[in-house]
Amino acid sequence: MLEIKNLHVKLEEEDKQILKGVNLEVPAGKVHAIMGPNGSGKSTLSYVLSGRDGYEVTEGTATLEGEDLLDLDPEERAALGLFLAFQYPVEIPGVGNMTFLRTAVNAQRKARGQEEMSAAEFLKFVRAKAKELKIDADMLKRPVNVGFSGGEKKRNEILQMAMLEPKMCILDETDSGLDVDAMKLVADGVNALRDEGRAFLVITHYQRLLDHIVPDVVHIMSDGKIIKSGGPDLALEVEKNGYADILAETA
Amino acid sequence: MAALTQKKQDALSARLGGMTMPEGGAWITEARNDAVARLEAMGLPGPRDEYWRFTKPDTLNAAQAPEAAVLDHGSETPVFSAVDRIKIVFVDGVFQPDESSDLSNSGVEIERLADVARADIHWAKDIYGKIETLGQTPVERPHAVLNTAYATDGVVIRVAGKVEKPISLYYRHESATSDAYLHHVVKLEEGAEMTLLENGPAAARFNKVMEVDVGDKARFHHIRAQGRDHERRAYTAMFVRQGAESLFKSFTLTANGRLTRNEAYIELAGPDASAHIAGAALGHGDFHHDDTVFIKHDAENCESRQVFKKVLRKGAVGTFQGKILVERRAQKTDGYQKSQSLLLDDDAVFLAKPELEIYADDVACSHGSTSGAIDEDMLFYLRARGVDKDTAMDLLVLAFVAEAIMEIEDEGYAEEISERLESWLLRRRQD
Repeated sequence: MLEIKNLHVKLEEEDKQILKGVNLEVPAGKVHAIMGPNGSGKSTLSYVLSGRDGYEVTEGTATLEGEDLLDLDPEERAALGLFLAFQYPVEIPGVGNMTFLRTAVNAQRKARGQEEMSAAEFLKFVRAKAKELKIDADMLKRPVNVGFSGGEKKRNEILQMAMLEPKMCILDETDSGLDVDAMKLVADGVNALRDEGRAFLVITHYQRLLDHIVPDVVHIMSDGKIIKSGGPDLALEVEKNGYADILAETA
Repeated sequence: MAALTQKKQDALSARLGGMTMPEGGAWITEARNDAVARLEAMGLPGPRDEYWRFTKPDTLNAAQAPEAAVLDHGSETPVFSAVDRIKIVFVDGVFQPDESSDLSNSGVEIERLADVARADIHWAKDIYGKIETLGQTPVERPHAVLNTAYATDGVVIRVAGKVEKPISLYYRHESATSDAYLHHVVKLEEGAEMTLLENGPAAARFNKVMEVDVGDKARFHHIRAQGRDHERRAYTAMFVRQGAESLFKSFTLTANGRLTRNEAYIELAGPDASAHIAGAALGHGDFHHDDTVFIKHDAENCESRQVFKKVLRKGAVGTFQGKILVERRAQKTDGYQKSQSLLLDDDAVFLAKPELEIYADDVACSHGSTSGAIDEDMLFYLRARGVDKDTAMDLLVLAFVAEAIMEIEDEGYAEEISERLESWLLRRRQD
């Protein structure tokens, strides 16, 4: 599904290399997790894959089902089926959540040559999905993420994911700012979307999210590279001993 | 008052030389003569006058109206076309009886200024030129005085009770050289309520004054769309006096136009009154838009709110001059003023002069003026969800002006205005 080869990325504005040769392959139907200390480049990887400005790819490739991602606009990547659940979902005053969701769903349908959803169809669709995530009508009416609690913002991300039905989902620190109940709700939402045709890349600091979203493979990232990969046990090892041992071992 | 300089004297003589004072009865002739005398004392504004530093008055001062091509609107229907309304049509400032509703049978007391001006006495004498005279502060407004002296027509409306249908003034611009002067007088008796709609560019150069006397507990709603002819110029001024517990709400949409100067003078004369004035202006290229607002709190416990949003691109210029004056007796005043611009490129310019002058000690007043670009984080968020860049930009522009549109109380009008904005943005994409 997602294939990253020798990816090198620097900041556009300053001469600072963030990713220094990332290699990663996430097959369809699998959940991969990336863990790593602060500043290791995890979030940068998610931004580069989704097409945020400010980064320059100096070397390497990233493809989604064989299609080169790096030359595409963010909306084109989304239309191909890439989805980033933001670490910090952006507040957009003045744009109603419902308007936002409908615009996004229809934009992607249009880009894929599907017919746009009618207002009535859409309403039925969004209500069903929102109910599963315990998102009430009020949250749909309010401006995008404005005045939402941390948990509401993350649930709103998962709602978008559920509605857009992407093939490749990247979750950037989706557990940050969540209490246990909220995390469980979000994880349930994610688990409900797991299927053979869909892949996940879960970026997280802590092992606890991975208790709820159980990964197939765990990667450890440090200083812009993946330094170790393993099964779910690797996450437990990090939880117990921190990153120091692994860093020392691979240094 | 000091005598005018020779230069100002000459400019005024040149301007008035081209004007003809309409014939009229005693009451209006008195008001017109008074205006001419005031104008002769003040002269026309110059670029060095306070409040004209951001906006060049020369094309408004010129004896001849500069030419303005008439826009081909294609199949576009005018704003408010679908509204069940009392319709009054002016083309290049000339009343169109065939296109207008039957005013004598409208259920509301609506007359044409041209008609009431022929009488020797009319109730409008207590308002016409009177609130305008009160509003010659904190600076003089010579173009409004010029209008009082020379306006050829307008509507004179008096309402008691609630008027169900909105009164809709539709101004069409058909001549590239027209120079129109309209003056409206609106009086709301105690407890009355009405909605006034205005739309259209009116003329190549349009000078419009509206005086509104909002009685105690009366409610006045005003929604205006100034047409989208590119080359037209307009000077408009609203002079409003509000009684106790009254409400005044005004919203203006301006898209295009070489020059627009919208002035407002609002006097909160009775306690517990509320005045809201809002505007959304969209400019692209040769566009200069100026909101100059003065709100005088002269009674206790009144609220005023100004919300102005401008979206500017490709050299468009927006200016805002807003002042809240709180007199000593106007305790418990709540005054709010917000003027913001969204600059879509580096060539756009926004100039703002917010002012507060407060003599009472128990008041809450705030003002904020900002200018900024599209928020990159918001743009990326929308695009990451598959929304293409143009659509995402338009959504963010609409979101930016939403606060001003929310000042329209009626959802139907608010929606229609939003739709017009959306179409404007869509058309701009092709430029």
